Order: sequence, then structure tokens, then C-alpha cells
Amino acid sequence: MTAHPPGPARGGRGRSRRAVAPLAAVTVLIAGAALTGCGSQRDDDVYTVMNSSTDETYHRWDEEAMGRCGEQLGITIEQQSVPAAQVMTKALRMASSKSLPDIVQFDASEMPTFAEADGLVDLETLGLSTADIPEGIVDFGSYEGTYYGAARSVNTLALFYNEDILAEAGVEIPTTWEELRETARRLTEGKRYGLALSAGGAEDGVFQFTPFMWSNGGDETKLDSPEVVEALDYWKSLLQDGSLSKSTVNWTQADVNDQFMAGNAAMMINGPWQVETLNSDESLNWGIARIPVPEAGDDSVGPLGGAVLTVPRTGDEDRQRMAGRIVACLAGEEEQLTYALNSWMVPANEKAAAVWRERVPELDSLADQVAAARSRTAKLGDGWPGVSLALQSAFQSALTGQSSQDALTRAQQRATSGN
Amino acid sequence: MTMSTLTAPGTAAEAGADAPDPARLRRRRALAQWGFVAPAVVFMLLFFGYPLVRNVVMSFQHYTPKTFFTGEAPFNGLDNWSTVFHDALFGKALWHTLVFTAGSLLGQFCIGLALAVFFSRRFPLNGVLRSLILLPWLVPMVVSGVVWRRVLDQDTGVLNSFLGTIGLGGDTPWLTSPGMALLSVILVNIWIGIPFNMVILYGGLQEIPKELYEAASLDGASAWRTFRSITVPLLKPVITVVLVLGFMSTVKILDLILALTDGGPADATQTLGTLTYQNSFVQLDFGAGAVVGNVLILISAVFAVFYLRANRPEGK
Repeated sequence: MTAHPPGPARGGRGRSRRAVAPLAAVTVLIAGAALTGCGSQRDDDVYTVMNSSTDETYHRWDEEAMGRCGEQLGITIEQQSVPAAQVMTKALRMASSKSLPDIVQFDASEMPTFAEADGLVDLETLGLSTADIPEGIVDFGSYEGTYYGAARSVNTLALFYNEDILAEAGVEIPTTWEELRETARRLTEGKRYGLALSAGGAEDGVFQFTPFMWSNGGDETKLDSPEVVEALDYWKSLLQDGSLSKSTVNWTQADVNDQFMAGNAAMMINGPWQVETLNSDESLNWGIARIPVPEAGDDSVGPLGGAVLTVPRTGDEDRQRMAGRIVACLAGEEEQLTYALNSWMVPANEKAAAVWRERVPELDSLADQVAAARSRTAKLGDGWPGVSLALQSAFQSALTGQSSQDALTRAQQRATSGN
Repeated sequence: MTMSTLTAPGTAAEAGADAPDPARLRRRRALAQWGFVAPAVVFMLLFFGYPLVRNVVMSFQHYTPKTFFTGEAPFNGLDNWSTVFHDALFGKALWHTLVFTAGSLLGQFCIGLALAVFFSRRFPLNGVLRSLILLPWLVPMVVSGVVWRRVLDQDTGVLNSFLGTIGLGGDTPWLTSPGMALLSVILVNIWIGIPFNMVILYGGLQEIPKELYEAASLDGASAWRTFRSITVPLLKPVITVVLVLGFMSTVKILDLILALTDGGPADATQTLGTLTYQNSFVQLDFGAGAVVGNVLILISAVFAVFYLRANRPEGK
């Protein structure tokens, strides 16, 4: 074996002197970059809105609206879009690093969480008026009586039906639970189900369950009440009849729309945000109606959905005031109408809604449903996510075999125990 | 021995000619060594040490959305731990995680090993087939999840229509029955894990000297005997690596389950991973999320110890 000296030792001195400095520099640089984070400098005339408009169309509509408002106010408004599920966690992270945007658009069911943390500015102190907004929609943007979120448009659920299939079978549009059950049974044929809805294990499923729970007089504060049990039993009966696919428990609302469009379902429960997609198939003749109620004459109470514009507490009063003016512009009558006509949602403002009804008569029943709709967080505020998780688990258990009473009793226990 | 005795004088002489002070040289050399180690140490402390410690601390804190504004997270002792351990869902999730991990590893490993043995023989198209089998590995997890969700759909899924066509029912509630969903998720994960197992084991098989097999065949050993007495013992270090790495990536599963079932139906596929996610990012109860996260880290740590022990060179 020949002996050769280990590499570094030979040129030890010269090499190490040259190597140490850059290495140390790199180390310091990495550490420095990681520790300082990204504290961006705010530009005086540039305001940022964070929203979840990641779809190309929505992003463009918002871009245009922000352009118009920016011009009117003499500022530049930048849009920052993140996936809907990340708006809350991203905003929280920004709050802890003191880099909140000037305006955040939250899903209305998430807003109370941020408001509870004392992170939002009361919009009325910024000069926003609630004069032309129906009470239900003011509540929708409020937490504990304070108006934190201005809705541009709202949506809710309705019954969509395939006109051709209904006409062929010679059936009327159902208005009561009994009629819906009967119609769905008659329209189920071969591979086609009478009805499609989402009972998936996420907020989608809960959103879809609420009109059944609420129209029957049930309520999220008492999940094991007879009214909620009855509503869940009604869902079970549809499944037992074979009018609903067994995959219902695994479907999101987008899946439900796919099934409806593919002709695998004659009717579906869904929202107006699907209209854009539905209209992309010209051979599909669809109609829309209010969600059937337990007994004729009952009120059809659906859930209010949609996002609200909020002004987070950044500590800079001047910027907050300007942010308030931006919200006022974006949620103003004119912009609301433009946005609603684009997105097929219903304007929050009464005057804008009246014009919208004339322009989109085919969605008239949706406007009626919105007028009677309720916010999910009105009663529970930031307690809603926990109850929602318990409820998801309950209806999935019930639809896959358990009794509705047992499933909901357990859900109520879980919701009360706070986990 | 020989090497060091021979080297030492040479180095000393060279260094001596260059710098008269050996202590200074040693210091400089130590500094250089630290210079090389420092980036790694800083990186580890910053990106592994700090989050780990934070996570443990957080599990003893009342950490809510408010904390992000005030920076205050009061310590609440074992409250988070007791809430999580008293939640029926935690026990369920722990059980599902164990079943999922054991089932996935068993399936991935057995099929991966069988394929590795199969491909270590020479036959036409061997290379082409082998690279085709790698495909599941190349597809992002979420994409696999979304595609499999469609394949496994009870009414419109390809799998059920295929089973129906060949007369095997075709009405299996893959993802829609709580009794079935966990099994389906395991099957999908096995499909995803096979390539990894196969590639590593295949590499290990190439290392086994061919002479041993020749000797065995001269001795008249059967194929099974050869496999048991030569392949398995010589492959053992590789097997340990595959299983431990497989374990660690399987036990923390989240993305696949979110894409396939979202933890449903009726919590039938909730694992520790999905529970952490739900606690922290849906309920925004970061303390409770941290507790589940810590349990997960603890489980992984136990297996990491096994891994290090198994990888220790012989005789030490």
C-alpha cells in the first residue's frame, strides 16, 4: 500500500484561508435572509387586495373592477389571489409578520374567526353605509353586531333541473319534500339518478344540508333535535329509494354539477356559480327553482354563501380609511351589478338586485331564495367550524348505515365538548 | 496503521516549512472544518430544530387565531393533550394510521420485491417494462389521488364498469362505504409505493455476487432455497432502508387521503395526518394540531432510531 497524505492536510494552510471567508459569508447570508423574512415596503399609492379569485375569469373581473375603482380614487389597486382554502391561514401568517394587505376578501363563514381575533376594522367607522342592504346580508357580514364585511354579491343553493328530462317524463317541478322524493324516484332510470347533491366530507356537504335542516325548523345549535334528525332521515330516504347515488358521500358540489351535466342526474342541488359551466353546454336545457320545503307553505331557508370584503387592522389609520373607500367602491351599487351579471350571483345591494332581476329573469327564483337565506355563522360565530366538522361526520355516518338519531346525538356531544 | 505513521511526518514537515506555529495551524484547520459544517448546522437548526421545538412548545399553549395578532399564547399545561386524547377521533385516527401504514408497507414491499426479483433476470423489453413501472412514482400525489377518485367512483368509475363487464359485480362501494374506504386508500397507496420499493430492491439485487447463485445451483438448491438463503440475507441492509424510509413517508400521509376521501366517509379514513390538518387549519386550534403532530413525530422518531441502529456498520 502506498501512503498518500490526506488531501486537505497537504495544502492545508493556503486552501483553508481562501475557503473560510466565503463559507462564513454564505452562512451569514443564509441565516440573515432567513431571519429577516420578507418585510416589504409599502408604497403610498399602491393598495393590495387579497382574495381567492384564482380562476382566470374571476381574476379578470376583479382586475377590471379594481382598475375602475383605482382610477376613481387616484390610486393603484393590486390583486393578490390565493386558493380559497388558504386565505385564512395566509392572512393569519401575514398578521403575525405585520404584513397584512389593505383589504382581505374572506369567505363569509371565515370572517368571524378573524373578527374574533380583533383583526378587523368596523366598516361603519370607515364611512360605509348599510342603508340599501337587506338585513340578512348585513348580518352575513357582521360579527357580534358589528359590520366588518361588505358583500359584493351573495349566493345560495337552489334546485336545478333538466327541462328535457322533466318534460319527457311529464312531471312538474317539485315544491315539497314529498313531491321531490316522488319526482326523484320517477326520474331515476337506468344509469340516471333522479337527484344529485353533495354530502361530501367538507364544507360543501354541510352547505347542502343546511336548507333541509333549516327549512324543517332545525338549527345548528342543537344538532340532535327532532327537526334535524327528520331532515337527515329525509336525505336517507332519498338514498334508500335509489334516487341518490351512493357516491353522494364522496362528491363535492363541482362533482354534482359534472354528474348533472353528464346526464347522470335529472335534478341537482347547487349554486349559481355553476351557471357559467352549465351554459358552456348549449344542448343542455336547465331550469332553476327554490329548494322544496317539508310541507306546502313552509319557508324555504337556504344558506347564504359568498365572500365579504374586509379591512384588516394594519395600524395605519390613513391607509385603513382609503381601504374603506376602496371597499365602498368595489361593493358599490354599480360594481355590484357588473360583478353579479358576470358571475351569476345575486347583488347584495337591494337596488342593484332589483335591476339584476330584470336583466336575468331566468334566475328570479334564486333572488327569492337569497332574500330568505340565512348566514351559517349568525348564531355560532367562530364556533361554526367545529360544529360543521361534527355535522359532516354525522350525515356521512347516517348515509352509510347508522341511524340519524345516533349519529346526530354523537355530533352534538362532539360539538359541545369543543372538539 | 501503516498509512498514518507514514503520512504524519510528511505532513508535519510540509506544514512546518510553511508555518512555524503548529497550534495556529491547528486552529485554522479547525476553523476551516467548522466553516464547512456550519451551513449544514445552521440549516438544520433553522429549518428542523426550531420548528420542532416550536411545535412541542405550542402543544402546551392556548394557540388561537388571536395569537397571530397579539403574539400571546398562554401556557395551558396539559389541556391540549387531554382534549386530544379524550377525543374519540384520535383513537380512531391512530388505529387507521397503523393499519394504513402496515397494509401499505406490506403490499408495496412484497410486490416491489417480487418485481425486483423478476426484473433481475435478463429478458427482452426488460428495460422498457421497468421504466413503465416507474410511472406512478413520477405522477404527483395529488394528481394520482384525483385520478383514482374517478377510477374508484361507485357508479361511473372505470374499475367498477370493468368488474361489471367481466361479471364480478361492479357495484363495489370503494370510497363510499366506511368499511371499504380505508382498504381502497391503502390499495392506491400500494400502487404509488411499488416503484420506489422495486427500484431500491432492484439496485440491492445487482450488488449480490453472481458466483453465489452459481454455487447454489451447483449444490442443487431450489429456487426458493436460493431466495431464502442468499437473496434475503444479503439484501437485508437494503430491505431495512426501504422499510424504514417507506414507513416514514407513509405514516404521515395527508395529501393522498385529502384528494381521495377528505378523511371520510364518516371519518373512516381519518389518520393522524388529516387530524393534524383538521385541527390546525380547519378548526384553527393550533395547540391541538401540534399535539397530534408531536405524536406523529414521536412515532417517526422511534423508527428513525431503528433505522440508525440497523445501518450501523458491522462490529461497532
